[in-house]
Amino acid sequence: MTDITTLPASAATPATRSKTFNYQRWLNRSLHYLVLSALAVITVYPFWWTLVTAVSTAGKVYAFPPALLPTEPGLQNFLEVFQTINVWAFYKNSILISGATVVGTLIICSLAAYPIARMRFAGRNFVFGAIVATMILPSEVNFLINFITVSKLGLTDTISGVVLPNLAGAVGIFLMKQAFEAVPQDLIDAAKVDGANEWEVFWKIMLPLAKPALGALAILTLVSAWNQYIWPSIVMTSVENFPLSVGVSYLKGAFSFKTRLVAAGAVLTVLPILIMFLFTQRYFLRGFEGAVK
Amino acid sequence: MKYSSKANLTAYAFLTPAIALLLVFSFWPVGFGSYIAFTKYNLIDAPQWVGLDNFRELLDDELFLLSLKNSAIYLLVVPIIQVFAILLAVLVNNNLPGIKYFRAAYYLPVVTTVSVIGVIWNFMYTEDGALNGILRWLHIVNEPIGFLNDDRIALLAVMFVTIWRGLGWYMVLYLAGLQAISQDVYEAATLDGANAWQKFWRITVPLLMPTILLCSIMSVLAAVKAFEEVQIMTQGGPYQSTFTALYYAYEFGMKSLNFGRALAASFIVSLFCMALAWLNFRYLTPKTK
Repeated sequence: MTDITTLPASAATPATRSKTFNYQRWLNRSLHYLVLSALAVITVYPFWWTLVTAVSTAGKVYAFPPALLPTEPGLQNFLEVFQTINVWAFYKNSILISGATVVGTLIICSLAAYPIARMRFAGRNFVFGAIVATMILPSEVNFLINFITVSKLGLTDTISGVVLPNLAGAVGIFLMKQAFEAVPQDLIDAAKVDGANEWEVFWKIMLPLAKPALGALAILTLVSAWNQYIWPSIVMTSVENFPLSVGVSYLKGAFSFKTRLVAAGAVLTVLPILIMFLFTQRYFLRGFEGAVK
Repeated sequence: MKYSSKANLTAYAFLTPAIALLLVFSFWPVGFGSYIAFTKYNLIDAPQWVGLDNFRELLDDELFLLSLKNSAIYLLVVPIIQVFAILLAVLVNNNLPGIKYFRAAYYLPVVTTVSVIGVIWNFMYTEDGALNGILRWLHIVNEPIGFLNDDRIALLAVMFVTIWRGLGWYMVLYLAGLQAISQDVYEAATLDGANAWQKFWRITVPLLMPTILLCSIMSVLAAVKAFEEVQIMTQGGPYQSTFTALYYAYEFGMKSLNFGRALAASFIVSLFCMALAWLNFRYLTPKTK
């Protein structure tokens, strides 16, 4: 955008020309918004329908034309869900799993990224190559063997069983590596002159300076941990250990034809993460700078 | 090159937790999984080597062949997602008032767990649901369509959900690609009298090629490995019409504990993935490097 202002005056569109095109521009812009809105309806409407169904307490569920606004809005459906199923346990499990995954990922990825970014040691390229290779490995099929591993380790139906396989991610290590590489060498040299060892450099210089990257990694990890479904549904066998994502399909079975209650369960599941997303959008929507390449 | 043993020790002390976890949960599954594909294994008895038996059984199993065919059909989501994601990215690549709300709206499905997406789309797809309502209101159909009950269209219905939930993700990647293109190029083209259409095809598309390549590979691999939507929405039904290759592996592994068969199936999926990634690199890499 700044490029336009730095153009010589002669290159800019003459004022007279833009005036005659004003009508055309208005039309273009309206058309633009029209297309944007039509596409937004496609992505948002199913959510809206679910929300309206969950907060409506009267009327036909599947009416046509579908109700755009709730009829006799109330929280009865939510109350009924809470009374029938221990949703608090689902919340607690989701929070514990996501929290442990975030903390573990931040620790393990930044620990691993530091030597790769700033130290010279034997096998550095090999180790980094192996980490990158895990991105190419067909990891979606890992759950079969990881299920065997987790059951042999006696971790079925435990939070550790859900969390451990997700901690050392190549993307996280990569993100932290780039953040550490951006730290000026002078700071490290100065600290070492003052007698700091590698651990102190890592803890007192690297981590504080990498806070933005740690924040971004924390948010991305939180969302994927909260949303993961297949793996916790495999590891967790008892209902009281289900996180929300698994709980909602349990709910679907339990309430089968009580559509409003299932909708309420869906709303309860996505609400925390959607609220968080709305406040931290920029971490998702700005493109993950280095992480993309 | 020689490094001091102290430097090596320190470095590996930092790396050990990550290396240990990667070995156990990323490399072991590949190695041990490849071995299990050639055995009979039910989790209780020791694996028993059977050579190629699992693969022979797979090729004799009509359900597996159908699953492979469905996974091949699933690839159709790739061009559709990419075209619409590029369109979305171009539409939101500006500073119009309110544009960030539109971006958020398109991204919404990406931050929603697949189990909730399944629930929501079950609502949309039911016979008296909103989608059938709209189609009947527009007189496109007279009888409600059983999107998830009709074995001729259930797979397409599931694929549509994959497209719907993937668009926002690729839109963001393309947006990053678009923003890396210098505005100067467009300015110069405008001065030369190029219209928007020409600018899109002559500037945007060629300069976006590396992103298109990256996204296509990601999308192809995701399509070949698709099964979450199937697991949550149809469990392979109706009449096993929505089995995909990985759903087959999931079903045989997690439900029948026939790990040999399941891993042989996922072994084949992995081979396909590697072959497709290779083809993609080989033939789609832009000539400008």
